[in-house]
Amino acid sequence: MIEIDWYLALSAIIFTIGLIGVLIRRNAIVIFMCVELMLNAVNLSLVAFSAYHGDVTGQILVFFSLAVAAAEAVIGLAIILAIFRNNLSVDITKINLLRW
Amino acid sequence: MEIYTFVLLAVLAIGSALGMILSKNTVNSALLLVLNLLSIAGVYLLLQAQFLALIQILVYAGAIMVLFLFVIMLLNIDQEESFFEKVRVKYIVAFLLGAVILGQLLYSLGGVTDLLPEISPDMEFVGTVEALGDVLYTDYLFAFEMTAILLTAAVVGALMIAQYKKKKTDDSE
Repeated sequence: MIEIDWYLALSAIIFTIGLIGVLIRRNAIVIFMCVELMLNAVNLSLVAFSAYHGDVTGQILVFFSLAVAAAEAVIGLAIILAIFRNNLSVDITKINLLRW
Repeated sequence: MEIYTFVLLAVLAIGSALGMILSKNTVNSALLLVLNLLSIAGVYLLLQAQFLALIQILVYAGAIMVLFLFVIMLLNIDQEESFFEKVRVKYIVAFLLGAVILGQLLYSLGGVTDLLPEISPDMEFVGTVEALGDVLYTDYLFAFEMTAILLTAAVVGALMIAQYKKKKTDDSE
């Protein structure tokens, strides 16, 4: 059997990759996809703990987190669409309305 | 056997995640993210969470990623060049910061490794649709109904934000 450590290590690695992606990319949609990646990494560690404890509550939490992620994706993409319509770009360095 | 499957899925997940953040083309990034989500669904199956594996494929790899691809298609984004052409201090700092955070996570994981749970004997009964539905529709019924309200609000809000507003001057009288 695999120890739970391996699942948690995989979760940590995927989370870090998502974090680096948020820091280095400039395309708003790719940044958004990296946020989804980080959410998924956290879900993975929740499912691992839930299965190894034999407790169903963690998987219920993942279910709700999926629903919230779906809502967040819809709203975020709508905002990106609205920004693109005003700005004709999704490059985050060109969205500088609030910068002084 | 199980270990080989896990290693295969983990390599697939990490490789597709790296490819996603390094890919030049936005559509390729989205497709690699689909591959990543599918391999994480495979890891869920290894953890005997059958319901969540199916939901992951249906909701994430299906619905959400189709939405992403639609938006990429609508915006018709040109490719991002600045990241790939010159190495800047900013990128080195970002990679260093990522390495520090990964090291911190793995170090703290190593510190608590004897507190982590051993495998539970009723692991295979936890992830089934029966077990989840039983708890979801009794103890968490209120939260479940609130999820319905949240999703409705999200759909209405997205329509409000993204709809095309005609300029006032276009309204000829």
